[in-house]
Amino acid sequence: MQTKKIINDGNRTVDEMLEGILAAHPRHLKSMEGSPRSIIARDGPRQGKVGLVIGGGSGHEPTFLGFVGKGLADAAAIGNVFASPPPDPILECAKAASGGAGVLFMYGNYAGDVMNFDMAAEMAAMDDIEVRTVLTTDDVASAPRDQRQKRRGVAGNFFIFKAAGAACERMLSFDECERIARKANDHTFTMGVALSPCSLPQTRRPNFEIGPDEMEIGMGIHGEPGIARGKLKTADEITDEMLDKIVDEMAPARGDKVAVLINSLGSTPLMELYIMNRRVKQRLDDIGVSVHATWVGNYCTSLEMAGASVTLMHLDAELQTMLDHPCDCAMFRAG
Amino acid sequence: MTSIDAADLKRMFDAIAVAIEADKDRLCQLDGVIGDADHGIAMALGFGAVRDALAPLELTATEPTVLLNTAAKSFLNAVGASSGPLYATAFMRGAAAVKGKATLAGADVVALFQAMAQGIQDRGKAEIGEKTMVDAWLPAAQAAAAAHAAGKTLSESLAAALEAAERGAEATKDMIAAKGRSSRLGERSLGHIDPGAASAVTVIGAMRKSLA
Repeated sequence: MQTKKIINDGNRTVDEMLEGILAAHPRHLKSMEGSPRSIIARDGPRQGKVGLVIGGGSGHEPTFLGFVGKGLADAAAIGNVFASPPPDPILECAKAASGGAGVLFMYGNYAGDVMNFDMAAEMAAMDDIEVRTVLTTDDVASAPRDQRQKRRGVAGNFFIFKAAGAACERMLSFDECERIARKANDHTFTMGVALSPCSLPQTRRPNFEIGPDEMEIGMGIHGEPGIARGKLKTADEITDEMLDKIVDEMAPARGDKVAVLINSLGSTPLMELYIMNRRVKQRLDDIGVSVHATWVGNYCTSLEMAGASVTLMHLDAELQTMLDHPCDCAMFRAG
Repeated sequence: MTSIDAADLKRMFDAIAVAIEADKDRLCQLDGVIGDADHGIAMALGFGAVRDALAPLELTATEPTVLLNTAAKSFLNAVGASSGPLYATAFMRGAAAVKGKATLAGADVVALFQAMAQGIQDRGKAEIGEKTMVDAWLPAAQAAAAAHAAGKTLSESLAAALEAAERGAEATKDMIAAKGRSSRLGERSLGHIDPGAASAVTVIGAMRKSLA
């Protein structure tokens, strides 16, 4: 049986979505002339500022294009659903974002994205634009601790992009922007849980099978299998299981500060996210870790998948300053 | 004496597009088991774009190299993903391998085939045994070269390539993925054929049928 979706044509979903987004956010966003899959911040790029280009497959909205705006990313390259954009729109983003001080490419660590962004970086070099790449690898479930560089980038993108975008906005040097971007990634940890599958608009078939009473801890944002499947547990039990893994890796001391993101994978409602956040706060209180800021909602979705993720960013003074720095994007504002 | 020109290559790409379109659902299902279920979509999109890009070419005035580069660019820009850079690199390397030739002899087609496989391996940085399309493409290229060196016809050489690709794809069932999205599965990827290797068999099968 096909899943139900409000669409016109499964092959046109990305382009029709972009039309709708540009219609809704004309003050923040524009697409490149001749490269409609390159979305640019209207008042982002400027001379002397390190440019920040993000991007990846569609289906994760508001990731990526929702985080394009002044103080965050200068441009986003948009791929097909769950598929990396090709090099051309990425290159156009790099040109638009370049203010002569270098361009950072930041995106989740997936084989396809790496190939396409690397090809775009080689092409940008021929146009005398220096590109450096910082991959996000916040998904604790996707590889063991000693193979952090193999992990996927998921909802923690939001914190990592935010910190890097603030560094660029503050007109820091290319070296400094890159250092802060890497540090933000190193300090960010995410765990997810999936309850029911999503379906691609082209197939409208569930992209994995899961029993009506089952959940899968650690599932990826494209339905990649996670680390354990089991019976659906209570919100507190699920949250504890995810938080245990995160806290174990993050190893915060009493008195440390974190930022919290409770993210819906698509169809899990705010009610359930806030129930999870209640537990996160209780547990952090127990270990003497204070919450500097909390975001709850849809930040990195997986179409209509049911489930959620918990992300903590381990803050120091510098990362806290970056998170607090104002930004004004189509789908996110701070300060 | 084999003589493959741009019109033959266009027919080959058309045949690949038809074969992949027919195979789309199976490829998505294979990908759904160990990946994100979109491999058939990406491949069909890519070869559909190639067909559309080649359609307006004036074939009598087009060298194989130009046709292959057109195929590369259209595939890449339609798809992105992993298969975009991999197949685009394959076609660009194939284009470079036959540069300056108006028609291709059997030896040229075998060289083109080998360049394609090498391009895929270079772009994806995968080795044999890592459960990727390289496990089909590399043995296929080696088999085609060996058959050609042993004096076989192009048709026989491509048949040998297809057999080797089929064996290679089948062997991915017993491999633990070491590259790409499924590499995060570890042993859970065992027992499942790699969708990229499966589609490589479909592509090579269509090439053999069309060029034979």
